[in-house]
Amino acid sequence: MSKEEQDQEHQEEQHAEKRDTVPPSEPDPVDEPVKESCAVEITEVKAEAVAEPALAQSVANLDEPAAEGSALVRAAYEHPLPIRLTHWVNAISLFVMVTSGLRIFRAFPSFGPKIPEKILLDIPKSLTLGGWLGGALQWHFTFMWFFVASGVFYLAYQVCSGHYRTVLFTPTDIPGVWPMARHYFFFGPKPPVAGQYNPLQKLAYTSSVAFGALSLLTGIVLYKPAQFSWLAFLFGGFHLTRIWHFAAMCGFLAFIPGHLIMVLLHGWSNFFSMLSGWKREPEYQE
Amino acid sequence: MITRLKDKELKRQSRRQLLKLAPVAVLGVFAFPKVSDRLVAAGVHFSDWASGEMFRSQHRAQTFADSEVVPFAKFPYNGYDVLDPEVDLEKWRLMVEGDVQHPGEYTLAQIQALPKVSQNTRHVCVEGWDVVGSFGGARVSDFLKLVGANTGAHFVEVECADDYYESIDMASALHPQSLMCYEMYGAPLDRMHGAPLRLQMPTKLGYKQAKYLTVVRVTNVLKAGKTGYWEDQGYSWFGGL
Repeated sequence: MSKEEQDQEHQEEQHAEKRDTVPPSEPDPVDEPVKESCAVEITEVKAEAVAEPALAQSVANLDEPAAEGSALVRAAYEHPLPIRLTHWVNAISLFVMVTSGLRIFRAFPSFGPKIPEKILLDIPKSLTLGGWLGGALQWHFTFMWFFVASGVFYLAYQVCSGHYRTVLFTPTDIPGVWPMARHYFFFGPKPPVAGQYNPLQKLAYTSSVAFGALSLLTGIVLYKPAQFSWLAFLFGGFHLTRIWHFAAMCGFLAFIPGHLIMVLLHGWSNFFSMLSGWKREPEYQE
Repeated sequence: MITRLKDKELKRQSRRQLLKLAPVAVLGVFAFPKVSDRLVAAGVHFSDWASGEMFRSQHRAQTFADSEVVPFAKFPYNGYDVLDPEVDLEKWRLMVEGDVQHPGEYTLAQIQALPKVSQNTRHVCVEGWDVVGSFGGARVSDFLKLVGANTGAHFVEVECADDYYESIDMASALHPQSLMCYEMYGAPLDRMHGAPLRLQMPTKLGYKQAKYLTVVRVTNVLKAGKTGYWEDQGYSWFGGL
């Protein structure tokens, strides 16, 4: 191998290394890898890339002569790492909190007095976790920390990064809720896709945060009613707080099936984006 | 924000971002019962520690007017084994042991001679029900003073006529609403509610408030596996409200 060849190879290695060490998550995870590797080609061919994928490919090929699969793909880095981490920790915690919570509820499945006890619901044991009241409480008192930690970290990240703007339900989203619901549930026409989340999604995700806040606050009262008597007072007393706590769970139980059905309907690429952050060929434009 | 990048690059980025989620997989250890049993026990232990830290020794639990108290007949009897261990009330004595200056047997009259506290407070069961009742007795703190207990010790242990046993952190025992309870609804404690003497603490769950007391022990050490009847099976030891 000649010196020139060696140099060239060395440069290529450096180039590859440089691309390898690009931090894809900070500060702007979407732009970084592009800037470093093929931003020049893209800015030049961006307009043509849609119409002339062949041209884009040929330009891109200049960079990596022997590359395979080098056609440009539209993609979006939708879910930053903190969102993905908290999503999965929260999903696991929520599963544990609901199933162990149902087991705890089995010990006194009523919202009335102890005497006479009116059984409200007989929850099948198979839906519960913990085996008995004490076991369920152990799960509940362990995963409450994961649940709260992931929730607080999620909110802090959303607020500090400004990422919340993509998902927070605001009054301007109200008119868009019904057309979307009509599309999903009654086969109405599909409203135009404007951004990463449609109004119905924003409503669902924002209210699930509200359910989380409600479960936490009511949970604190049920766990420490004497220490947090002022909070118990806010919820209308210890007795009513237990109903609110249950209601918050019902909120989650209303959210989860819809969420899972949507994930199933939207396919692998959509699901995988909550694992890898990247979504291939998103529906929306910018 | 839409980006255009090569398929290979997208795959590489996706793979790399996926790997960053690996820490979540640590939670997978909870799927193995042998490990999870110990982890959730540790979780309760941690929660108990946090509960002890947030316990305010002078903060009183809510009290209620006489009109808010449920009728005596609607105050549940709850026992773990027998509801009436048939204590001989005439011969009953409370044995006091451990880190105290005056160990030995105490009569009910000696306890009743201490300042009497009557309170309408909420009794909360770990199962989820609660009931507001009327209780009367001597403060645990006054009793501990009477027996010359070292209140710098960590725990107060009790044993019961029905073989139930419990242990309480000293801060909760000294709480002004923690009673050596010998009255309910203005009448002597009845046999099924723990006659002649029980603990009554509105800052603790029901299972901490042992009935049919026979022994009180002040100690710095709890024997492992002997911290409380239900606690030894998995309930939270602190059990505080």
